[in-house]
Amino acid sequence: MFLSGNEAFAHGVRLARPGVISAYPITPQTTVVEKLSEMVADGELESDFVHVESEHSALSCAIGASAAGARTFTATSSQGLLYMAECLPYAAGGRFPIVMMNANRSTALPWNIYGDQRDSMLLLDSGWIQAYAEDGQEALDLAVMAYRIAEDPRVSTPFMVNLDGFHLTHTYEIVDVPDRGSADSYLPPYETENRIDLENPRNLCFSAGPEFNTAFKEGEHRALLRTRDVVAEAEDGFLRAFGRGYPGLVDAYRCDDAEFVLVTLGSVSGLCRDVADELRSEGVRAGVLRIRYLRPFPSEEIVSVLKGATAAGVLEKDISFGHAGAVHTNVCSALFSGGVSIPVCNRIGGLGGANISRSDVRRVFADIARGERDVAFLQGGPA
Amino acid sequence: MGTDRTDVIWHGRGGQGAFTASKILGAAYTLGREQGSALAFPSFGPERRGAPVRAFTKLSPSSVRDRSEISDADFTVYLDRDLMSSVPARGTVLVNTRESFGDSRVVSVDASGLAAEVLGAPIANTAMVGALAAVWGGVSLESLYLGVENAMPERLWEKNKRVIERAYALAGGRI
Repeated sequence: MFLSGNEAFAHGVRLARPGVISAYPITPQTTVVEKLSEMVADGELESDFVHVESEHSALSCAIGASAAGARTFTATSSQGLLYMAECLPYAAGGRFPIVMMNANRSTALPWNIYGDQRDSMLLLDSGWIQAYAEDGQEALDLAVMAYRIAEDPRVSTPFMVNLDGFHLTHTYEIVDVPDRGSADSYLPPYETENRIDLENPRNLCFSAGPEFNTAFKEGEHRALLRTRDVVAEAEDGFLRAFGRGYPGLVDAYRCDDAEFVLVTLGSVSGLCRDVADELRSEGVRAGVLRIRYLRPFPSEEIVSVLKGATAAGVLEKDISFGHAGAVHTNVCSALFSGGVSIPVCNRIGGLGGANISRSDVRRVFADIARGERDVAFLQGGPA
Repeated sequence: MGTDRTDVIWHGRGGQGAFTASKILGAAYTLGREQGSALAFPSFGPERRGAPVRAFTKLSPSSVRDRSEISDADFTVYLDRDLMSSVPARGTVLVNTRESFGDSRVVSVDASGLAAEVLGAPIANTAMVGALAAVWGGVSLESLYLGVENAMPERLWEKNKRVIERAYALAGGRI
């Protein structure tokens, strides 16, 4: 089918059959929940669709439904994500495997509805799994895989799937929509002991003082680390069920013998690979390392790919003001811990929807080849 | 851009169906016998009826991975003649007008006239899709019908297919 990223994602959610969907609309997320509400109205998806009055309520409702044992879905973006921020550590600490789609969008001020990744980066430490899709197919497939991963008893952690606002959410492309039968066998109904059950009463969402708090927090951390193996298993199973494979937490393109590696994430990755191909044809050994999962962070994979490189750079759509981009900070921390000492520059682009052009990416590779280590902003504009 | 890629920019006013046109072409090229790769996207942002809007289609026999803006199109299509302040520097230009420009790169199509006759309303988007397909030559009429079925509600299929067929035939002879 020829679908937008949001429509593709809605089909993925439909195949996962959540029992409860609670959402509040916000551009550029709106069309995913519109599509889901149509599917529910048309009887294509049996689900309780709850129109809530705010994003804070959207996630609160999902937490309640998950605590009742339901598979749940919500979606948001930007200011909406920040408004529900209080509930994110609640969902993670309660170990509720809610799946949420976030349409990556700039945060105010200045007010802006266009895409960048500052919204999700602000919630990187909230205890959620974070994945970033590159295209419509991966968006749909992640919607299905996210439930399998999040609900695995070794993980039991909420999952945020990020789609670049407009560049992915509103771009139409060909997407294969799997049939319901294969999706059902890949993703059995959600079953958990972590729920309200009158026959087997248990305490959920409780307090824990200083004597037990660390054990709970360490438990969340260990669960996220275990997610690494569960992602690999979920992708193996996905390949067997649907014939499409995914490469784990990172996607390395022409990195094996690469001298200069551009690390990036999301929908700009395809352009970066096109530029790497161009540079290869000019004799430059360029590669692209796309980060698919930011949490758990792929430290080992990044060290293993970059240890053979001469220099690297990180291109990302966010900035931690007064320091550097969050992705760059994480990459450099992994490299330092892994004993890899190469220059890594940081290029901040695409803020508030600014275009990242082919010539921008060529200039980033040129900066990498010069061994730059600074943080600089790409101003956008046409090629 | 790119050696085997064809880039199209659609200029229209909010409500004229520029984005629908970009989707019909993209869906036709990927779902039809061409089996190519395409991205179709609007100029991002709020939708405002009557305001100038743009839409884009990137088409290639191999995978289209580059989601950046198109700045240098192979084809520029104006659904509204008044939106063309000057002829773009490169590529072929299709304009919805009866006016003739005396420029070999500019193709005038009376899309509003054709649409008024067939659809009963001067909605020029599908006529311009048909004209573009004929001038480009990269997508068949049968595939365009598939594109219509993918991007439009069923009640609009029959008449819009007829508009496309007529515009395709007209533009095949360069109008």
